[in-house]
Amino acid sequence: MKEKLSDLYAKDGTKTVLASVLSILIGLAMGSLIILVVGLANPNLGISGAWDGIRLTFAGIFSTGRDAAGALTFGFNSTNLGNMLFRATPLILTGLSVAVAFKTGLFNIGAPGQYLMGTAATLVIALSIPSGTMPGVMVWLLAFLGGTLAGALWGCIPGLVKAFLNINEVLACIMTNWIAANLVTWIFDGSKFRNLVENTKSGYIYKTTYALTQVDGVWTYVDGKGVSTAKMGLDKIFPGSQVNGGILIAIAIAILIYILMSKTTLGYQLKACGANRHAARYAGIADRRNIVLSMAIAGALSGAAAALYYLSSNTEFFWSTYQSLPATGFNGIPVALLAASNPIAVIFTGCFMSMLDIVGLQLTNLTAYNEYITDVIIAIIVYLSAFSLMIKLFLTGRKKRRAQAPVSESGGAQGAPAPEDGTRQEGGGQA
Amino acid sequence: MTFLIQQTLIYAVPLMIVALAGVFAERSGIINLALEGIMIFGAFVGVLFVNLTQQSGIFDAAKEAGNWVALQGFEILAMAAAALLGAVFSLLLSFASVNLRADQTIGGTALNLLAPALVLFLIRIIANQNILQMAQGDAASWFMLKKSFFGYGRGDDMGFFGETFINKTYLATYLCILLFVLLSILLYKTRFGLRLRSCGENPQAADSLGINVYKMRYAGTTISGALAGMGGFVYALTTAHCASTGDVAGFGFLALAVMIFGNWKPGNIAASALLFGLFKCIAASYSSIDINGDGVFLLSEIGVSPHVYRMLPYLITLLVLAFTSKKSRAPKAEGVPYDKGQR
Repeated sequence: MKEKLSDLYAKDGTKTVLASVLSILIGLAMGSLIILVVGLANPNLGISGAWDGIRLTFAGIFSTGRDAAGALTFGFNSTNLGNMLFRATPLILTGLSVAVAFKTGLFNIGAPGQYLMGTAATLVIALSIPSGTMPGVMVWLLAFLGGTLAGALWGCIPGLVKAFLNINEVLACIMTNWIAANLVTWIFDGSKFRNLVENTKSGYIYKTTYALTQVDGVWTYVDGKGVSTAKMGLDKIFPGSQVNGGILIAIAIAILIYILMSKTTLGYQLKACGANRHAARYAGIADRRNIVLSMAIAGALSGAAAALYYLSSNTEFFWSTYQSLPATGFNGIPVALLAASNPIAVIFTGCFMSMLDIVGLQLTNLTAYNEYITDVIIAIIVYLSAFSLMIKLFLTGRKKRRAQAPVSESGGAQGAPAPEDGTRQEGGGQA
Repeated sequence: MTFLIQQTLIYAVPLMIVALAGVFAERSGIINLALEGIMIFGAFVGVLFVNLTQQSGIFDAAKEAGNWVALQGFEILAMAAAALLGAVFSLLLSFASVNLRADQTIGGTALNLLAPALVLFLIRIIANQNILQMAQGDAASWFMLKKSFFGYGRGDDMGFFGETFINKTYLATYLCILLFVLLSILLYKTRFGLRLRSCGENPQAADSLGINVYKMRYAGTTISGALAGMGGFVYALTTAHCASTGDVAGFGFLALAVMIFGNWKPGNIAASALLFGLFKCIAASYSSIDINGDGVFLLSEIGVSPHVYRMLPYLITLLVLAFTSKKSRAPKAEGVPYDKGQR
């Protein structure tokens, strides 16, 4: 038994998981430290306020509010768990988007832009089709595929300029992000898709549950005539939450991407381009085509994230978005990094990130702290994952020393596995 | 015209100084993708410094007496505070990329995520809202240069030069231009500058000649952090009424584009920063630009959607990069962690 454990420990994958867990724990600890320092410095919070904050940071997902005496209570909370799965749906997909690009040696910081284009396409398609002209399933499918396609096309732009003009994809992605933000605002500015029915929702686009319906000969938007993702029974398991079948679709897509990247020729070619573009070309792989294709797949995944999020029947899109980019897109980066770009691991890290989201909400609702502390924790985790290779080396070195290996110091460095994970080795200096 | 020049300078100068910050880091071999984050952090520190100093009442007497020289000193102190803490913040990047040989792109992204999160977290706790402003008054009444400082009356005309470059401007703008010139000389005409640049081109050769590559890279990134932090505060002061919201509207990234467009050379960077400043200015205030002073606001009357103007800076960046990328030459060793054992 002991033998097996040490075998497991020696595996590269195990060390990757351990490095990620270590990053998460350090991130949470640093967040707690900040909460403690702020609590002690602020007389309104004090040590008890800080203690509440720290407990919520670690176990906010099981929080059930405060009891009559004002103490925090914890337990199984189906609303929180269901909402966690609901929020994980787009995060898993944007995480996959960044992960696929990483595997090809590209840094897809353009996920927010692709997500926005996916949002616009999904909403325009879903809201343009009058109710009754085709079955709801068709409308849903068209909207989903339209969003995915829009994301893919938007992702192609940085891919094309990278492949043919050698422009740094990071810069191209950032520019296309802001262009998308302005373009989407332009599309919806003055359009008929703006919610005019509910007074409190001005500035938002209709939910996809609305559809054009003929009432007394006039075409108007009516709630309940449109489409939304099927619940697939998940609302029975997590009553009182927003969860729907989208999470199952996201998991299925993650598995498909895993098969694509690990079991097909295309996946092999994409990864070969990521490892060494020039060597791949020498081996007869069309490197330019693969770069564009990789960015298109990444964009499609971000577009799908947006489609699933806005087809869920309980989300609304604030259309005047030209000054800000959706955080869901950026949060795909930590999801992918933490998962070391493994599509299956992305499912779990996506859930972890959305759990932090819920924790942030609990902190805002139940304490004087606010949700931004969870963003700080995420940033610290990303920072640590930048040198996850060093952490892995450290784990390897510790093991070696414990085993009294003859060559301890340099042996650890030599025995390090080739970086087949998200950590890029080549410099991104070309622009 | 006066309005156009003033507005363009306001946008161009932060871009210019932050692009130079990028040059210092990249010339030493470190890709500083964190410029945006450092700007956000610097803006917050500067505004917080102004806010706290105002609350402690140190400059109240000077304000009462209309002692504008003291108030300009106050402004410079705030810039220095932003620069100092920007440099400290950038140490996170240098530590990760020099000592731990981390991926610089991811390290920079981490700082870009960290800065707005941390800043908003603190602003919420300090101000109980999502924006931190000055404790009293506004940026114009405290820091702006005015006619009256130089003995002119309210209705007097200072002439074209005076009206454009002195009245209703900020000293910070000119300090940044001065710093830009001085630091460009430092980078190109001194021994230190030559050594720094050699670390970004061929660190192995530099090391063999006795230059400490690690130290040089720390120096480059720290100067970069200081400039970006200061640039962030100058941006907040001149365009955002001295308020911090955890956001600098993508200026850090735009500065990176300016740097690449300027081919990592200060002269070209100054020119391209002016070009981008002009487009930013058009995007922000196209409806009140009166080019030849005849009372016709041409840009708003030709019927182009405002969305087009807002999109222009980014669209132009992409197009310009597309046309210049073949000629651009980045420092050879940038982004590659220096490993002494490597040949």
